[in-house]
Amino acid sequence: MALPITYNLRNVIIRWRSTLATIIGIALVVAVFVLVQALAVGLEKSASNTGDPRNVMIVRKGSTAESSSMVSLEQFQTLHYWPEIARDAAGKPIVSADVLTLISQPRIDGKGEANVSVRGLTAMGMELRPQVTLVSGRWFAPGKREVAVSSRLARRFASFHIGDQFRTAGNTFTVVGEFDGGNTAFDSEVWMDADEARAIFDRQSYSSVLVRAVSPAAALAISAKIDTDKRLPLRADSEVKYYSEQTSTALPIKILGNFLATAMSIGAVFAAMNTMYASVGARTREIGTLRVLGFRRRTILAGFILEGALLAAIGGVLGCLLSLPLHGYSTGTMSFNTFSETVFQFRITPWLACKGILFAITVGILGSLLPAIRAARLPVIASLKSV
Amino acid sequence: MASPDNIVVIRDLTKRYSQGDIEVTALNRVSLNIATGEFLALMGPSGSGKSTLLHIIAGVDRPTSGECHVQGVDVARLNESQLADWRNQNIGFIFQTFNLIPVLTAAENVELPLLLTQLNRSQRRKQVAAALDLVGLSDRSHHLPRQLSGGQEQRVAIARALVTDPALIVADEPTGNLDSHSAQDVLTALQSLRRDAGKTIIMVTHDPKAAAFGTRQIHLEKGELS
Repeated sequence: MALPITYNLRNVIIRWRSTLATIIGIALVVAVFVLVQALAVGLEKSASNTGDPRNVMIVRKGSTAESSSMVSLEQFQTLHYWPEIARDAAGKPIVSADVLTLISQPRIDGKGEANVSVRGLTAMGMELRPQVTLVSGRWFAPGKREVAVSSRLARRFASFHIGDQFRTAGNTFTVVGEFDGGNTAFDSEVWMDADEARAIFDRQSYSSVLVRAVSPAAALAISAKIDTDKRLPLRADSEVKYYSEQTSTALPIKILGNFLATAMSIGAVFAAMNTMYASVGARTREIGTLRVLGFRRRTILAGFILEGALLAAIGGVLGCLLSLPLHGYSTGTMSFNTFSETVFQFRITPWLACKGILFAITVGILGSLLPAIRAARLPVIASLKSV
Repeated sequence: MASPDNIVVIRDLTKRYSQGDIEVTALNRVSLNIATGEFLALMGPSGSGKSTLLHIIAGVDRPTSGECHVQGVDVARLNESQLADWRNQNIGFIFQTFNLIPVLTAAENVELPLLLTQLNRSQRRKQVAAALDLVGLSDRSHHLPRQLSGGQEQRVAIARALVTDPALIVADEPTGNLDSHSAQDVLTALQSLRRDAGKTIIMVTHDPKAAAFGTRQIHLEKGELS
C-alpha cells in the first residue's frame, strides 16, 4: 500500500522555503517550453486554418510555395471551364488566378525592412476566401494603385495604415482598407487587383489558381485530371491540405524550443535533485520509522518519486499560468516557405498546457529518482539513530 | 522449540559488527525466554547490547548467529519484504524520540500501520479512534505532533504501536525524553496494556524507576545477560 498522498503534499508544503526555489525554476523552464511551443502551434494553426474544404489549390508541380509557383495563361484557360468546377449564380466558374509577389517595406519600429506577400486577386478570389473580412476602409478598386492590408500587418509596418502611401516597383500605392484574415495565412498578406499586379510586377503568368469544386468527388477528379494531363505540369490539392503542409516554418522554432527546454530542464533536474536530497537528509529518521512500521523499500521509493513529481507538477502549473498572458498575442517571423513576414498568434492550447505539465513531471521524476533510491536504501537502524 | 507460554525464545544469539577495523561483539551467545503477557524491563549501561537485542527481537536487525523465535517464527530467516510485513502484523514500536511523522495529525500517525492492512477506511478510522481513546487522546486526534506535549506525543506513539493489535510491543527508552510526570503516565499506560489487553511488552531502559513497572527485569552487561 502506498503512503497517503497528503503525506507527500504536506511535506512539499511544509518545506516551502527550500521547495519554492525549485518550483519557480521548474515554472520558468515550463513557461519557456510552453511559449516556444505556442509559437509553433500558432504558426501551424495559422496555416491549417486557412483552407476551405470545398476549394482546390493548383500550383506548379514541384513548387513548395505559391511564390515559387507558376501557372501560365494557357494552362489557366485549359482548366478554367472544366465541369468539375462550381459556377456562381451568373453561371461563371468560381475560379481565381492569383499573383503572389514579395515587396520589401520598412517596419513600424524602424528596425529595417522585411518582405511582405502581395496577393493579386479578382473579386472571385475574394469570394473563394469568405473567412477574410473587411474591418475598416474599403476594398481596392482595380487600376487605381490601391491595396487592402491585413490589420495585423498594419500594426507591424510603417506605411500600412488606411490613407498611407508606399512605393514599390516604381509605383505609389495607397492603402484603402484593412481586413481581418480570421487567423489564417491571409493575415500576413496585402491584397490588390490581380491584373494590376501582373502588369506592375511584370508577370506573364499567375502564381496559383484556386477553384471551387462542385463536390468532394469533383475535387478528387480535378486532382486526378491534372495528374494525368501531360499538358499541365501542375499539382492540385485540397486548399486545406496545401496550407497544412506549409508549416515547415514551425519546424526550426520547434527544434529551438526543444533544445532550449532540454538545456534548461537539465538545470531544473539538478535543482529538483538538490531539493529532494535535502528532503531525504532531513527526514532520515522518518524514513527509518516508516520502514520499522512495515512500509517496504519500494513504497518509500515511490513516495519520494511521487513527491518530486508533485513538486514539479506545481511548478508546471505555475509555468503554464506564467505563459498564459501571452496567449493570443500577435507576433511575426520570416516564413521559410514564402520568405516573407508571417504574422501569427501565440496559441496556448489545453494540450500544450498538458504537455508543459507532463514535461515538468518528467523533470520532477528524473530529479527525485536518485534521492528516492537513496531513501529506500537507508539502513533502518542507522536511520532511526539519525538526529 | 517455542513453548506456548513463551512468545520469544532466544538461543545462543550473537551479534557482531565492524566499527572501522575493529569488530565489536554487541551480543554474545545470549539465551532468553520471554513469556506471553510479560512486561520485561531490559536494563544495562550504554553499549551493553540491550537495544541490539530489542532490534533483533523486533525484526529490525539480524543476528550474526543463533536463533530468535517470536511466536514460533525464526525472524532471522525472513527476507526483507517478509520481515516488513511481519513487523507490521506482529510488533508495535515505541521509540525514545516518539518518531511521529511531523506532517501528519495524531490520528493519521496512528493510522499509518493500518494502511498496510486489508482494512477499509471506516474500519481504520474506528480502530484509530479506539486506540487514541485508550491513551486518553481522543480530543487531540486532529493535532499535529508539534501541537502536542512530549507526553502526549509518546501516548500517540503508544496508540500507533497498539492499533494493529500486535502480540508484542517493544519500547526503546520510552521515557528517556519525558519529564517525570509524563514518564509516569506513559509507564502506567504500558502497564495497563499488559494487564488489561494481555500484551507482551519489552522495554529497554536504564532507569531503575521505569524498570520497576515491569514484571521482570533483566540486565545486560557487555553483550551478556548478568
